[in-house]
Amino acid sequence: MIGNLPFVACMVLIALGFWTLLFKRNLVKLVIGVGLIESGVNLFLVALGYVRGGVPPIYTYAPAGAPMVLPTPQALTLTSIVIGLATTALMLAFAVVIYRHKGTLDARKIRELRG
Amino acid sequence: MSAHIPILAIAVPLLGGFAVPLLAKLHKGLRDAWALLVVLFVGACVGYVAVHVFTQGLWVYVLGARHPQETLAPGGFPIRIMLVVDGMSAFMGVIAGLLALVAFPFALRFLPEEEGKSLALTLGLLLLAGILGMAYTGDLFNFFVFLEVTSIAACALIGFRTWTSRAPEAAFKTMLLYSLSGLLFLLAVAFLYGEYGALNLAYLARELRGTFVDRLALGLFLAALLMKAAAAPVHFWAPDAYGEVPAAKALLLVVNTQVSLYGLWRVLFTLYGGLWDAGVGWLVVALGLLTMVVAAFMALVQTDLGRLVAYGAVSQIGYMMLGVGVGLVSLAGRPEYGLVALKGGVFHMLNDALTVGLLFLCVGAVEWTKGTRDLRELGGLGHGLPEVALCFLLAGLALAGLPPLNGFASKILIYQGSFRLSPILTAVAVLASILLLAVFARAFQGAFLGPKAEVPNRVPGVFLLSMAVLAVGLLVLGLVPGFFLEGVVTPAAEALWRGRALYLAAVLGG
Repeated sequence: MIGNLPFVACMVLIALGFWTLLFKRNLVKLVIGVGLIESGVNLFLVALGYVRGGVPPIYTYAPAGAPMVLPTPQALTLTSIVIGLATTALMLAFAVVIYRHKGTLDARKIRELRG
Repeated sequence: MSAHIPILAIAVPLLGGFAVPLLAKLHKGLRDAWALLVVLFVGACVGYVAVHVFTQGLWVYVLGARHPQETLAPGGFPIRIMLVVDGMSAFMGVIAGLLALVAFPFALRFLPEEEGKSLALTLGLLLLAGILGMAYTGDLFNFFVFLEVTSIAACALIGFRTWTSRAPEAAFKTMLLYSLSGLLFLLAVAFLYGEYGALNLAYLARELRGTFVDRLALGLFLAALLMKAAAAPVHFWAPDAYGEVPAAKALLLVVNTQVSLYGLWRVLFTLYGGLWDAGVGWLVVALGLLTMVVAAFMALVQTDLGRLVAYGAVSQIGYMMLGVGVGLVSLAGRPEYGLVALKGGVFHMLNDALTVGLLFLCVGAVEWTKGTRDLRELGGLGHGLPEVALCFLLAGLALAGLPPLNGFASKILIYQGSFRLSPILTAVAVLASILLLAVFARAFQGAFLGPKAEVPNRVPGVFLLSMAVLAVGLLVLGLVPGFFLEGVVTPAAEALWRGRALYLAAVLGG
């Protein structure tokens, strides 16, 4: 059970993220929602690569014969975090510009583009 | 040198894009020449790759190996990142290259210097690199990375005009959808990695057994890629995005939606080949019908020429989904009419790129001369801009699928294939086409007919050149479709239909 805890945590994070996207109307909170889903997915990736009792996957430091955790998911997660940084920064930049134009971050009040 | 062409097609625009603002510091003309040179180079690369693939079969290029054909690491496991170009990838690459070749000269003249032209060109080249990466890669995680490259570049282009209040709103909305789509895709990749410990598409395709997790991943792939391809009911970002992006760059967004669809076909046919039940095919068909009808009705009520064309573009996504969806449904029973519909769907990608591309160029030309795209203010432009009017008419009729234009050539295949499955599908598709005809007749009448209007400035020659290239393409593809069907479309459709075994063999050996 305790081994599944990371997976439970990432499901909770993803669910929270979707809840934020569906029910919050503040643009910054929407960005936070995307960030929550992203953290959930990243946690999922890292948790996948864990091997019970594994050592860090660095050949020169690992004791001979010890099991290593999988290195690939860690590389994937790093990439995904960097990409997440870029998307979050871009979205927040747009939120700032929208605030300058409209004086509000409420998604219901800024809607100009309809239909 | 020629062995490295697939990766050069991606790497050169990626690095060349970042060189653009540096060169702009030296000289503006140098920058323009550089951007053109990069696009020409990419065009030559995708052309070379396509000729090679269509004559000699799959092209596998492995990164980080001792030589580019070494697909398997010692131990017989495909561990390296690789590009796998089959008929369908090459076809997609040609579409991207063609539209880039048309869009960039247009953009060089269209974008005003004081509105950050250098950065727009950089983003355009990055978007092109991402699109080609998605088309050529044979690795799921790599696909995700390029998906995000296109997302970021596309949204930065959409929100480019920060001094208008509409552009950032459209960009925020689009970016939200794109990031969600990227994360769903990554989650699906993580599921497959957790189960099979690999990211290579061909390896996963061989190992996939259709367990519950595999089906869950398929659902996530479908949701992610349909969202990015602007299929209903998540199409609502597309008209905003197409409407706000500088018109010359809308062409690249069109390719971006198409390459997402390409990713979906790749997942459905190559990755899951034969594992799904017919329900997935029917889902694609149903969403395709919904997309074309919803978009056609929404196009009817638009007053902004850019948004009207955007809804036209979204409706065409529906036709591709219908064609390929019918192919998917009938693949299980393997009757040949499925291949007809599939060919139609694939052919329609090329036709849609040309047609919608031409329409957006017309919108750009109208905006350039009149400074507005509002149909309530436009009118009578046909006297001053006869060439633009002619191109808009041609493209509008092609989009509605009237013979002898190219839209008809692919739609008739889709109708034939879907009619054998169920006449109702064909009826809905024809109905949507008739609606589109009404839409474009009204738009043409509103913008170009009526009392003669003053045209403040002439359309530059390079605009007309770009438009002429696409207009000739419409006519040629419509008048002699057989040549292209045999030479390009059939190999691309076959690569999806029967090419799966070849794809796996090229990567995994045996």
